[in-house]
Amino acid sequence: MNVLACLKRVPNTGAKIVLTEDQQEIDTTNLGFTMSPHEECAVEEAVQIVEEHGGSATALTLGSAEATEQVRTAIAMQADEGVLLETDGEEWSPRNTAGAIAEFVRDRQEDGGGFDLLLFGNESADAGNYQVGVRVARELGLPIVTSIKSLSVEDGAVVAEREIPRGSEVYELDLPAVVAVKEGLNEPRYASMRARMQARRQEVEHVTPERRTDAGLKKIRLESPETEDSETEILGHGPEAVPEIVRVLEDELEVI
Amino acid sequence: MVLIFVEHDGGKPADSSLEMLTLARDVADQLDAPVEAAVFGDGEGLADELGQFGVEAIHVVDYDGVETYAPIAWAESLDQLASAVEPEAVVAPGSERGHEVLAHLGASRDIPMAANCLDVTVGDAYEVERQRWGGTLLEHARLSGDPKLLTAAKNELTVAPAAESAEPAVEPFTPELTDDDLAVRIDRIEESDEEGIPLGEARIVVSGGRGVGSAEDFDQLEELADLLDAAVGASRAAVNEGWRSHDDQVGQTGAKISPTLYIPCGISGAVQHMVGAKGSEYILPINTDPEAAIIGHADYAVIGDLHEVVPELNETLRERSD
Repeated sequence: MNVLACLKRVPNTGAKIVLTEDQQEIDTTNLGFTMSPHEECAVEEAVQIVEEHGGSATALTLGSAEATEQVRTAIAMQADEGVLLETDGEEWSPRNTAGAIAEFVRDRQEDGGGFDLLLFGNESADAGNYQVGVRVARELGLPIVTSIKSLSVEDGAVVAEREIPRGSEVYELDLPAVVAVKEGLNEPRYASMRARMQARRQEVEHVTPERRTDAGLKKIRLESPETEDSETEILGHGPEAVPEIVRVLEDELEVI
Repeated sequence: MVLIFVEHDGGKPADSSLEMLTLARDVADQLDAPVEAAVFGDGEGLADELGQFGVEAIHVVDYDGVETYAPIAWAESLDQLASAVEPEAVVAPGSERGHEVLAHLGASRDIPMAANCLDVTVGDAYEVERQRWGGTLLEHARLSGDPKLLTAAKNELTVAPAAESAEPAVEPFTPELTDDDLAVRIDRIEESDEEGIPLGEARIVVSGGRGVGSAEDFDQLEELADLLDAAVGASRAAVNEGWRSHDDQVGQTGAKISPTLYIPCGISGAVQHMVGAKGSEYILPINTDPEAAIIGHADYAVIGDLHEVVPELNETLRERSD
């Protein structure tokens, strides 16, 4: 089993997101970077599948040279190899991102290193476009299912579950296949300091993809939503507030 | 014309589809064009309800096998229907299926798709306002492509019947599909053996965060939930600590809830948590820190240690019910 996990480097935002003056980006001056949460689970799943079935887990990202940091995190999580599709750091559209990833996968295949399973995060934490995995699958002619929270590989097929109220929908896809996963799929391992040190020494393959022309969805500006700071009625301090809580539940909200 | 993808359960439209209709009708009004719906499965009974929301025609996709969800077959059907009726825009709900089906349509036609839109101004290119970062940031963007592909953000748009209701014609549409199109489909449904009220359906949700302190300390919250017929949720911090399963997580990468009352206990109220909780009608946190962000988002608040307040509250509620 050769598994590819695609991930994205995103700022590690705190309690409040601050924008740059031109409203084009998040001001990352005081922020670290991380992997999108869904994709952390994609990496963990790729590693677990390879641990169980053998083969190789590859972690890939498309982004600036700095994104190597997140590929190395994936390697520290025991991915076997890392790939950076290096760009100038500008935000690529889902269509262009998918095109570059599909081309990389095709090139690997021609070199005899095809992937049996491609994993994506269901949507990136920052852009939330919900479509890169689908576009890659369509371009490669592979089956895909999205929003997956449980996954197993058996007999040349992948069994994937999507959560619904009071249960799950089960899909079975013949390999090779593409699956877009959500946080909760597994518990991503914590990479030890030793693993991180080792990952620093491992080579990350660099590929410079060509960017297609694309009208696409063009960002004009970002803004923070207006927050409705509601009037807060303090019902009291400590256990003495309990009668007041009960009164509110009963008389004002009528929920008991 | 604006073509919409409507999800329904046995003829009852999903809430997210009705929210989407508010956006779709606004686009149609700007275009001075009608709204027509594509539905899968038994659409009997949808005509009345969708008519109230101004839908003027319902295309029921008729093909053996598409009554069960099959994303590629559904997208292909929508694609062929769109070729037949030539809509200016195709709008889907911001649900898992809505995003999936529309992404397939965008990929097969090689055109862009704008996810989680809140507002649209039509033109050669549409100017859209859409959610990023799970709704903690908004993006204004220009969307090109023919047709324009949009999904509507969930739990943001108000469900409102049309000023003038319509009497939609219900017409079958028969796509040409292959076995390959139907290869990805729901194979079976597995019911969970978990008891309790699902987070998404609960009228009251009691959640715990880092302030709870341990898995055992969630027992008090479980008891409170029991007394209130509520579901138990958790912040990402509590899940990361291993105190609760991810299924209980409320927030950007967990459940988006919309109860009448939300009671977050020992949760500071980071933006990532609040995007999951903002659908709540009332918020009543219990928190030791009067400066915590959660207090600013609240309608009512109790300043205090949940380990002291919750047992006392449980005691009072128990006595009350006896």
